[in-house]
Amino acid sequence: MSGTSSFSEAAHVALSNSQQRRNLRQATTSIRAKRDAAVGEVDQWEALREEGRRIKDRTMRHLDVHLERLEERVTAAGGHVHWARDGDEANAIVTRLVRDAGSDEVIKVKSMTTAEIGLNEALARAGIVAHETDLAELVIQLADDRPSHILVPAIHRNRAEIRTLFRRHLADTEELTDDPAALAEAARRHLRRLFLSVDVGVSGANFAIAQTGTICVVESEGNGRMCTTLPQTLITVMGIEKVLPTVADLDVMLRLLPRSSTGERMNPYTSLWTGVADDPPDGPRAFHLVLLDGGRTETLADEIGRQALHCIRCSACLNICPVYERTGGHAYGSPYPGPIGAILAPQLAGLRDHTSLPWASSLCGACYEVCPVKIDIPQVLVHLRGRVVRQAKQDGWRGRVAGERLAMETMARVFASRRRYEAAQRTARVTARAVTRDGLVRPQLPGPLGAWLSSRDLPAPAAQSFREWWRAQPDQSDPDGHGGAA
Amino acid sequence: MSGAREVVLARIRAALCDVPADEQAAPPTAFVLGDDGLEEPAFVLRSRFAARVEDYGARVTRVSVAPAAIRAAVAQACVRHGIRRLAVPGDVPVEWLPPGIELLADEPGAPLSRATLDETGAVLTGCAGAIAQTGTIVLDGGPGQGRRALTLLADVHVCVVLVEQIVGDVSEALAAVGAVLGQTRRPVTLVSGPSATSDIELERVEGVHGPRRMEIVLAG
Amino acid sequence: MRIALFITCLSDTLFPDTGRATVDVLRRLGHEVVFPEAQTCCGQMHANSGYQVEAVPLARRFVRIFGDPSFDAIVTPSGSCAAMVHEQYPRLAALGDDARLADAIAELAPRVFELSQFLVDRLGVEDVGAVFPHRVTYHPTCHSLRLLKVADAPLRLLRAVRDIDLVELPAATTCCGFGGTFAIKNAETSTAMLTDKVSAVLHTGAEVCTGLDNSCLLHIGGGLSRQRSGVRAVHLAEILASGA
Repeated sequence: MSGTSSFSEAAHVALSNSQQRRNLRQATTSIRAKRDAAVGEVDQWEALREEGRRIKDRTMRHLDVHLERLEERVTAAGGHVHWARDGDEANAIVTRLVRDAGSDEVIKVKSMTTAEIGLNEALARAGIVAHETDLAELVIQLADDRPSHILVPAIHRNRAEIRTLFRRHLADTEELTDDPAALAEAARRHLRRLFLSVDVGVSGANFAIAQTGTICVVESEGNGRMCTTLPQTLITVMGIEKVLPTVADLDVMLRLLPRSSTGERMNPYTSLWTGVADDPPDGPRAFHLVLLDGGRTETLADEIGRQALHCIRCSACLNICPVYERTGGHAYGSPYPGPIGAILAPQLAGLRDHTSLPWASSLCGACYEVCPVKIDIPQVLVHLRGRVVRQAKQDGWRGRVAGERLAMETMARVFASRRRYEAAQRTARVTARAVTRDGLVRPQLPGPLGAWLSSRDLPAPAAQSFREWWRAQPDQSDPDGHGGAA
Repeated sequence: MSGAREVVLARIRAALCDVPADEQAAPPTAFVLGDDGLEEPAFVLRSRFAARVEDYGARVTRVSVAPAAIRAAVAQACVRHGIRRLAVPGDVPVEWLPPGIELLADEPGAPLSRATLDETGAVLTGCAGAIAQTGTIVLDGGPGQGRRALTLLADVHVCVVLVEQIVGDVSEALAAVGAVLGQTRRPVTLVSGPSATSDIELERVEGVHGPRRMEIVLAG
Repeated sequence: MRIALFITCLSDTLFPDTGRATVDVLRRLGHEVVFPEAQTCCGQMHANSGYQVEAVPLARRFVRIFGDPSFDAIVTPSGSCAAMVHEQYPRLAALGDDARLADAIAELAPRVFELSQFLVDRLGVEDVGAVFPHRVTYHPTCHSLRLLKVADAPLRLLRAVRDIDLVELPAATTCCGFGGTFAIKNAETSTAMLTDKVSAVLHTGAEVCTGLDNSCLLHIGGGLSRQRSGVRAVHLAEILASGA
């Protein structure tokens, strides 16, 4: 999924998927209304967002200090901390830990980070079965599909599709209806056996508190509690950016996240654990925390781009985004779709692998408005566009960017001079005559104009530009004295 | 993997070269921006907590603090759900326990097996606190709450909340949670209604993997 | 007040009527309007398309042309181009490592206004004496809404227009799908967004869809025209200048 045209090519397919279009339209419409209501209840919402932004910004500026403190506290609480430079290293660590625990299967809480590094695939190669236990992740796994949303990975599938899938793969489902409650019940019965028998759990982390060495997982279904409570061994894979200094910082995040995410005052379950609880014993007897870099330090080095690391994975930006609503998540070609994915994926995986994503936005700014930690997504998108172009320049302008570069540089020269600009206006008017009928440009032209004309009419340049009209008025010569070819 | 540790930390420091060397990392630890600045009377908090936990699909029974009243409410909840066996933490107040129900006590020295918890179907606990604003109960493994698996595998969770345990907002509750996390290794769970999912067409369904029914006995 | 008109390259070339209307409205309110003819383009297309380096000289040029201290205000019939000066110019100065440019922008930007904001917030005028006996719906363009935060200034102006039948646009704040080069690079997604915007406009039964940006109106109007819907896209300035 790389190259400048990849998003638009993937979108081409997605836009014709009428089932997905309808599912997404319904789902995003309903979740937007719920979020608006939940956010509207909080008097100081804007101040709270600003506080969220400030906490993340301040934490990132001293990330090393907070990570070292987290490591110290987790270790003091009986946990083990592992560091991974990249996804492969993290996968190798988890594989070794599962083997050391004597298991050939794990139960998993939905985790963006493990999806990002392809942990399930890596475990499968080592002969270890990873069971996804989140309802939507189960759907995705059974369908051999890819997630298309951060919070609701199967948002692109409707109840009828899920029923068909469950009937095919789960036991005792001959009478299953497409009532969501019945589907949830079927998943409960299927997964309960695994929860009671598998002895290694794998989770991600929403937050980690350096002050106390505590990991926090926020969820709704209870599968997160199952996976982090019942197994003998728990392995948490966490991006290094998830650390928070104190419980007071967590407080702010817990007030921002559920309302932004599911539009609830609070999510059903928030689990907090510190190393291994032994007095009295509660939960796993061994706890491992894997701290993943995986492109995060490179992202951190970009002073504008680093705010993408502030993301708390609420998915409010996906739900509000008019592009996401129409293309769905798969078009982004990354586990992180939507506006946040368009700035996060290229930075984590490397800009060369996702050159089209920074353009997968109309820069309407709705994402920035709803982001609970005020990530200025449009600003980062524009910034990353600049990085892609400058990188293309370094690489010698290969491929289709070369034509665009010529057009852009020519226009920059035209706009730099009044004389050239006015000459270009006249040329455009004369040229347009050849391709115009009744004041509209004929809709059969190649190149960028053709892309515009595929669905939109284009008026011909006016017979008299504004400046020509101005000059034609009595006493309207350039009154500020800046006339002439500047 | 100490190599990776040093490499990652060095990369972070290199990436943060724009941060002045003398800038303090030490963060303020104060809880700021509480949602409700005002001290509200207990009856307001009680009503709000009840309304909001009911929003999640939990059932709330209001009773007096008299042990007999609590016991009667627990008994009624058991009748509603056809509960004959009730798992309880070993230190649950005995005066809450209804007659005629088989009790299975979970003790640190003699824990119930996962299979037993799974089959028992219902659990009775107290809580460490509750949040009016969000309809949340806080379980921190303290007195009357037991370990996490106890309130996880049962299908019905009956939870006794004393009115004096209710705080106004998340910040007040987290301040108390912070003290537990800072001084012990006890896990903490915030529970807001029964387990739920919105994974199918974003339609909320109550009851997936955790307890599908939640009965709150609100005393005081 | 001596007002310099910042026409924008798009309106200069494709929509001169918007410029004339802007001049009319400002003059009607008793202000002197001047047009610095050296102006070309603010550089927004370059800055938003990854060619920020190429946009820096255009920002310098803009500041030189409009920095004339005799201008009490610089007014433009474009929310997007006004936002360019306010939001992007400081970033371009930082990118170009140009402290003098940054200072000049800081000095100039407070005097740069989008037309409706200038009329309502700066001049305190809502009724400009317009008459427009047509059914009209208003699309709040994204940059005027979210970057400039024009809020209800355009609606206040429209409500004061005589004989107008102003109707609310469903899902008004959703982007029309223009997005500059987005409309070309992701033409199909842009079209999908446009389809919904056009159907919302048609749903209102309006004859005219208005807004603060001829770029977005070029897009919406292009869709309305292609579908032979019989609905026109007209810049707010032209409604405000009409019928007096």
